[in-house]
Amino acid sequence: MSSVAQKRGFGATLWDWLTTVDHKKIGILYLLGGGIFFVIGGIEALIIRIQLLKPNNDFVSAGLFNEIITMHGTTMIFLAAMPILIGFMNVVMPLQIGARDVAFPFLNSLGFWMFFFGGLFLNVSWLFGQVPDAGWTSYASLSIASEGHGIDFYAIGLQIAGGGTLIGGINFLVTIITMRAPGMTYMRMPLFSWTTLVASAMILFAFPPLTVGLFFLTFDRMFGGNFFDHTMGGNTIIWEHIFWIFGHPEVYILILPAFGIFSEIIPMFSRKRLFGYAAMVFATVLIGFLGFMVWAHHMFTVGLGPTANAIFSVSTMAIAIPTGVKIFNWLLTMWGGSIKMTTPMLYAISFIPSFVMGGVTGVMLGSAPLDYQLHDTYFVIAHFHYVIVGGVVLGILAGTHYWWPKMFGTMLNEPLGKITFALFLIGFHMTFLIQHWLGFWGMPRRVFTFMDGQGWNLANVISSVGALLMGLGILVLIINIIITSVKNVRVGNDPWGDGRTLEWAIESPPKFYNFAQTPLVRGLDTVWIEKMEGNKSGFTAAEPVQDIHMPNGSIIPMIMSFGLFIGGFGAMFHAEEAWGLPLLIFGLFVTFASMATRSLKDDLGYYVKKADIERDLKQKGGRN
Amino acid sequence: MDLNKKFTPETWPDHPERATHEAKNKFVGFWLFLGGETVLFATLFATYIALKNKGPAGYEHTTQELFELPLVFVMTMLLLTSSLTSVYAMYHMKNFNFKKMQLWLAITALLGLGFIGLEVYEFVHYVKEGFTFDSSAFSSAFFTLVGTHGFHVAIGLVWITLLLIRNAKRGLNLYNASKYYTFSLYWHFIDVVWVFIFTVVYLMGVIG
Repeated sequence: MSSVAQKRGFGATLWDWLTTVDHKKIGILYLLGGGIFFVIGGIEALIIRIQLLKPNNDFVSAGLFNEIITMHGTTMIFLAAMPILIGFMNVVMPLQIGARDVAFPFLNSLGFWMFFFGGLFLNVSWLFGQVPDAGWTSYASLSIASEGHGIDFYAIGLQIAGGGTLIGGINFLVTIITMRAPGMTYMRMPLFSWTTLVASAMILFAFPPLTVGLFFLTFDRMFGGNFFDHTMGGNTIIWEHIFWIFGHPEVYILILPAFGIFSEIIPMFSRKRLFGYAAMVFATVLIGFLGFMVWAHHMFTVGLGPTANAIFSVSTMAIAIPTGVKIFNWLLTMWGGSIKMTTPMLYAISFIPSFVMGGVTGVMLGSAPLDYQLHDTYFVIAHFHYVIVGGVVLGILAGTHYWWPKMFGTMLNEPLGKITFALFLIGFHMTFLIQHWLGFWGMPRRVFTFMDGQGWNLANVISSVGALLMGLGILVLIINIIITSVKNVRVGNDPWGDGRTLEWAIESPPKFYNFAQTPLVRGLDTVWIEKMEGNKSGFTAAEPVQDIHMPNGSIIPMIMSFGLFIGGFGAMFHAEEAWGLPLLIFGLFVTFASMATRSLKDDLGYYVKKADIERDLKQKGGRN
Repeated sequence: MDLNKKFTPETWPDHPERATHEAKNKFVGFWLFLGGETVLFATLFATYIALKNKGPAGYEHTTQELFELPLVFVMTMLLLTSSLTSVYAMYHMKNFNFKKMQLWLAITALLGLGFIGLEVYEFVHYVKEGFTFDSSAFSSAFFTLVGTHGFHVAIGLVWITLLLIRNAKRGLNLYNASKYYTFSLYWHFIDVVWVFIFTVVYLMGVIG
């Protein structure tokens, strides 16, 4: 591999992407994969809203409706929101801490391919006509009773994808612990890197319970296990506990990186350092910790008793405190700043009230007596869409516009970006604000239709029109991406002009080795400090130009994940088809043989020669 | 990293398992991985405790009736001793004594193999008595918890075998030192999990 750009054929380019271990390319793969699943999940959402447009509608059947809501939730959480955020972490975090790659580039690639094949496995269920239909939470009694292979696709698909996420989490943790540039102390780390660190720690401790829960489900459905079957002594509540011990930290795994994105955008476009940096860090860590203490607030109506409900009520409400700290810090960062209303900044400003509304309804639901009234109504739907769309998705859209030039070297069109923003934000509030009232008026969630004359008709029409507006917003974004990619106007290191963190001190997109010389970090917002002191490059090197050690690409991660993918079909069909068991064994053999190949073959990487780096530097006028 | 760099006991670093950048990453990453594994086993333990002795109406198998402490005691001794021998191996690794490290790791693997053999015997015995994986919630939880541990031991055996064979003629260097070391961490972890299984499943099953 040479650092000189060469014209290559399609096959070579494809091979390069399949075998890449470059964190920036893997990040882009995550964004692409997550983006495709986001569109699929969005189409499912639109079908839900079309079905609920009018009373007694028969656009889809009741069974198909169950499948669509299940796949909408599962796809959006596991296959869209998480991978897209992990994509940003992959691209940006190593650049922010001044590293040349993540700690385990091979595992990074493995994590992506496991996510991809897990997601594919889940969505292949549509082709089989047997789709998961027990809701994204897949509560055990229902999921055990579900006929066909639908839930099997859920259990195995999420198992594969979840393994990939766990690998990614460990990778980011080690990267941040061991690979920060000289001077990059923990308390000088940009907030997005901090939230990556905390979210990764949460992944490490939240995903193993999911792994175990999914194994139980797999055993019960496919291998004669009895964990959730009460006639055999099992207990269906165990699934609920395990699922939410994973599931509640999961929502903080999603929102913390979004907080991180906004904590980068707001200081940059207020041209002022983040207010209360230390408090921000502390709040992030505290949210990460409390996130594990609240899972039973999803189970108030199960009957755990008043003591348990009271404890989990209090711990739930406690999370509002560090979150409130963050909200005020963002507001005070803007106060007195010289604000530039760019597209990312618009998202950031609108995020604050939107997310606060979701947080307030969260505290309401955290009150156990009120939860008994609101449980399983549209109020809950409204609440979690306010935090997830109003928090996570706005964060993702903001991050997309914000880091697009860094990832692809060209700016997304600003007017089109603002149109996307307006359509999406108006559509979002239109869809979900009214659903709070629908909940109060008694409309239960997960019903495929409703009867006329209950006063729900108009509200459902408003909600459906809002969903359409959100869809249009995303369509404009896709058009924007196509237009800017075709025009391809190249931009410099710091296209927004006010970069504060290290990613803005290097090329857009960066060279594959990121930093020709490892940077020296002299404080929080180091690039800003350098620029204020008159160093236009925003960069001080910590080392002379020297050979750079880089990892080799490998196809093994993809083969390893593919083995799990085909093994999954074997597990699913082993009871009814003769080829099932051999296929399961073959799939696992492929995976373990690839693993053995990887560990028996020495792979020491290679060196980029000093002369090549000096030539690269010269082309840019001697600057990093 | 240069694989051909030759060391003597004098030039061998104090902490060869984290002397290079890659090795340090591996060292930190493996500790974190074990953190995740701890949560995984905690979930399995919690489920086992919830489902202990639970079965369909009229289910005959209980912990008191099934478990034989003498057999489990022998298994425990084998695994605890193998943890000790892996410590000897790491002692020799740090002192740059390749032959003795190989020897102690081989003994570790043999003890592990003995443990697995007894566990297979134990499981077969239960199945013959009608205590099969699908006979009750208790049996599912038991075989999943203890079986997951046994699976970890088996993985460890394959791992150390491949590691010893692959590096049989290469001697110690900074590339493979961290590989031996992470194996020993893993082996200790498996041992600690077994101590909990011995206490929670077997001792509390028979005495409690």
